Amino acid sequence: MSTQIEAMVRQTSFPFADAPDPAKFSVCVHCGFCLEVCPTYQEESNESHSPRGRVYLIKLASEGLIPLDEGVVSPVETCLDCRACESVCPSGVQVGALIEEARGQVYLARVENKKASGIQKLFLRGIFPYPARLHALGSLLRFYQRSGMQRIVRGTGLLRVLPDAMREMEGVMPEISAQRALTTLPERIPVAQPKRSVGLFTGCVMDVFFSQINEATARVLTKNHIEVHVPKRQLCCGALHVHAGDREQARQLAKTNIDVFLEEGVERIIINAAGCGAALKEYPELFKDDPVWHEKAVDFSARVRDISELLVEENFEKPKGRVERRVTYHDACHLCHAQGIRKEPRAILQSIPGVTLVPLPDSERCCGSAGIYNLTHPEMAGNLLERKMDDLPETIDAVVMGNPGCMLQLRLGVKKRQQDLDVLHTVELLDASYQKEGVTYGN
Amino acid sequence: MVTEYVLRKLEEILGAANVYASPAQVKAYECDGYVAFKSLPGAVVFPESTEDVSRILKLLSEERVPYVARGAGTGLTGGATPTRGDVVISLAKMDRLLSLDLDNHRAVVQPGFVNLELTKRVSGRSFYYAPDPSSQSVCTIGGNFAENAGGSHCLKYGVTTNHVTAATVVLPDGEIVELGSSFGDADGLDLLGLFVGSEGTLGIATEITVKILKKPQAVQTIMALFDRVEDASASVSGFIAEGIIPAACEMMDQLAMQAVDKSRYHVGYPSDVEAVLIVEVDGLEASVRALSQRVMDVCLKNGVREVRSAKSEEERALWWSSRKMAFPAIGRISPDYMVQDGVIPRSRLADVLKRIESISQTSGLRIANVFHAGDGNLHPLICYDSKKGETEIAQDVGRQILELCVDVGGSITGEHGVGIEKIVEMQYQFTQEELALQQAIRDQLDPKGLCNAGKLIPTPSRCMEMKGVAHPTVSSMEQILSASASVQTHIAR
Ligand SMILES: Cc1cc2nc3c(=O)[nH]c(=O)nc-3n(C[C@H](O)[C@H](O)[C@H](O)COP(=O)(O)OP(=O)(O)OC[C@H]3O[C@@H](n4cnc5c(N)ncnc54)[C@H](O)[C@@H]3O)c2cc1C
Ligand code: SF4
Ligand code: SF4
Repeated sequence: MSTQIEAMVRQTSFPFADAPDPAKFSVCVHCGFCLEVCPTYQEESNESHSPRGRVYLIKLASEGLIPLDEGVVSPVETCLDCRACESVCPSGVQVGALIEEARGQVYLARVENKKASGIQKLFLRGIFPYPARLHALGSLLRFYQRSGMQRIVRGTGLLRVLPDAMREMEGVMPEISAQRALTTLPERIPVAQPKRSVGLFTGCVMDVFFSQINEATARVLTKNHIEVHVPKRQLCCGALHVHAGDREQARQLAKTNIDVFLEEGVERIIINAAGCGAALKEYPELFKDDPVWHEKAVDFSARVRDISELLVEENFEKPKGRVERRVTYHDACHLCHAQGIRKEPRAILQSIPGVTLVPLPDSERCCGSAGIYNLTHPEMAGNLLERKMDDLPETIDAVVMGNPGCMLQLRLGVKKRQQDLDVLHTVELLDASYQKEGVTYGN
Repeated sequence: MVTEYVLRKLEEILGAANVYASPAQVKAYECDGYVAFKSLPGAVVFPESTEDVSRILKLLSEERVPYVARGAGTGLTGGATPTRGDVVISLAKMDRLLSLDLDNHRAVVQPGFVNLELTKRVSGRSFYYAPDPSSQSVCTIGGNFAENAGGSHCLKYGVTTNHVTAATVVLPDGEIVELGSSFGDADGLDLLGLFVGSEGTLGIATEITVKILKKPQAVQTIMALFDRVEDASASVSGFIAEGIIPAACEMMDQLAMQAVDKSRYHVGYPSDVEAVLIVEVDGLEASVRALSQRVMDVCLKNGVREVRSAKSEEERALWWSSRKMAFPAIGRISPDYMVQDGVIPRSRLADVLKRIESISQTSGLRIANVFHAGDGNLHPLICYDSKKGETEIAQDVGRQILELCVDVGGSITGEHGVGIEKIVEMQYQFTQEELALQQAIRDQLDPKGLCNAGKLIPTPSRCMEMKGVAHPTVSSMEQILSASASVQTHIAR
């Protein structure tokens, strides 16, 4: 049989809708230039767990040359979706999007076999889509921390009976914010002579664990004469769903968010969490096969800016308050690799009087957080965290970044090593400096 | 055949975690950077020391199981591709820098150590490792050793063989030998020279001693844009005629410029120039200024449209990235590409490029050119679409170009090796007697024909087969390989 006819009779191993896009994998020329930047290849030296290997196996499965079994599932699931490979690939292969599409197939195949793992289902379908439940979970965790239960549980080793992933999570949990910024911030924060109006996307993990960063973001924006809207009907961005392959749920969330923000009529949509930012900018990917929603998604995504990106774009007011700190900056994967944002956060940090920015070697290597990767692959995540901690310069008093997942992960690192080190978001430092010179909104 | 017994033994030697045997685990190892030929390995193993490698080779030799070494798998000729269910011996976990002797300018590395990593490790002390293949950020020094890799700067500094001074090699029967000498010339036959560039067919290098050089005091990088390829070629000859030996002298044509400008490594080349030269001169501060002026003068004499030197280290780095990323950037303009690697006398550049252009027109396939112009080492990138069934046409175009190189007095490979890809052209380049001599040396070291068998030297049986086929196609290549496999096993018995 000629290879062409053979190809026609072959059945793809990705039978569900929204499968990996052949136009994406056919761009890969198999040069291998991506190998050395891939954290999982660095750790394991396994071609199947390298970007080139993953893209190749996805291609073979798509063409029906290999089945959708461990040979594809393991490479696809061990990927951090960190996109370091995309930053170097000369041919422009969208590895992240391919991985996400392939995970969609794995997810659907599992649903068909009723095997979606408990923890994934609980979080993705049962909690994140519902702000109230998310909040309830937040409150529960807070109760757990405040009540002293946490100490009891930690002390008695009761934790050991919890499922592994939960135990890991217990370890990374910082103090839960008392109240979510989505609730506390007013629906609209007016400023005199606004330069712009923006909608603030408050995020889930960010708002549950770090609502003070959302508040700082609002303060920093208003300080720069930007009117902030906080649409109350916004939902989770869906990034974790996309990472886990639950694309249908992600689409539902995306539709609500698109409507809510477009109806609000804001010029920019501001996000301070790198993972959410990348997901929001990539909404059009979710609607490849739906022209109506695709167009809306393109309109929505064109307005999305990371907070650091917006501040630099708007020529932010140089802060004058002194903040005496020696810090290093860790590039969250979804800021540097997925959104190409590298200079902006550094420019902000360097503009703050008193702040010394010490370079972090290999700052763009993933810290192992990667969405819920640290729950699903604790060993790899742990190794990457160790390497990140080893790289931190000795002389610093804080490590700064732009993503809540990384912040949780690094806090775990700091805690494990009992280091005296703050883990901060870029806007927290800018806000602190502005605060010292007086602010226009908030406490 | 990799039997259950062999697998169990391999696991005993390396531990189960270092032996992959299921098709799901080994599928990604069925080819390297050359994708026109693929075949499934019998297993993939990860040794961690010279002793591991020695024990594996002893076992495989006793059990008559073929094997092939693999570094990063960036080879462009199928060198690391298994052909008959070979055990792939991945050296990716042998990736340590073993010792560094800055006083005497030497480093000892394991074979899986990445080329650019060496420069990174010593650059703080103003040293670097000179051979710089475009793939330097990923390819391994073991792979460089086996392919005698070159790079942009080999015009002035030479290729890998000029920088390797000694090596520990495991021979096909598992014996460990030391070749060369860290300092000075080793006495007797230059066995190290024989191993460098032998494409992993004589044994596996497990420790490699290389020279590291002091960075030149000053460097200037010059970009020259030409309306006509002829003028660019004439400039290259002009430098040499003037007695200038640039550190590097690279050329790209319009199609290559277009491709790389679409990538992240965007320079912004004008869309109406036919060729760009990137020339680098280095040395002492004062001489570099004078040299770069002379380079620009030669370009001006040859009708350059625009010529200037890099204004900053950032700009220089971008120009180099644009050159080094040019091959894979072809993926931006073509679904598949095949790189050729012929060498021609420098003086024939303009003429040969014209003839390549006409081969392109006859075949209907676009050909981009990115190459080490200074050494006349051409890299025509043949653009094709395998889904449209153009693979065979592309292979034929590649063959025509290589024959053209030989016809004008050059050779079929400058640095990428022969591997599977150019095994047929070996007969165009060499006589039967010359090939038989090479084979005789190989048989001495690998009498059972297990070590990267089916590569580099065509066996007599294959020569006969080859005559029967006008041009090798993927399927005929498979037949040929399996035919020679049976002959080889026959000989081995
Ligand atoms: C985009 C691109 C650009 C390139 N540019 C250049 C260039 O400018 N110059 C150049 O010379 N090459 C270039 N190459 C080709 C390739 O990178 C080189 O041949 C390189 O030396 C291969 O190294 P590797 O580690 O990937 O080896 P592999 O591809 O894994 O192996 C190559 C060969 O070496 C053998 N081998 C590997 N390790 C050992 C060992 N320890 N002992 C014995 N045999 C071994 C293998 O069996 C195989 O035959 C390029 C490749 C690509 C994809
Ligand atoms: S993903 Fe990009 S860098 Fe990696 S092998 Fe493919 S083309 Fe090369
Ligand atoms: S996204 Fe990250 S982990 Fe995944 S293949 Fe790319 S570099 Fe590797």
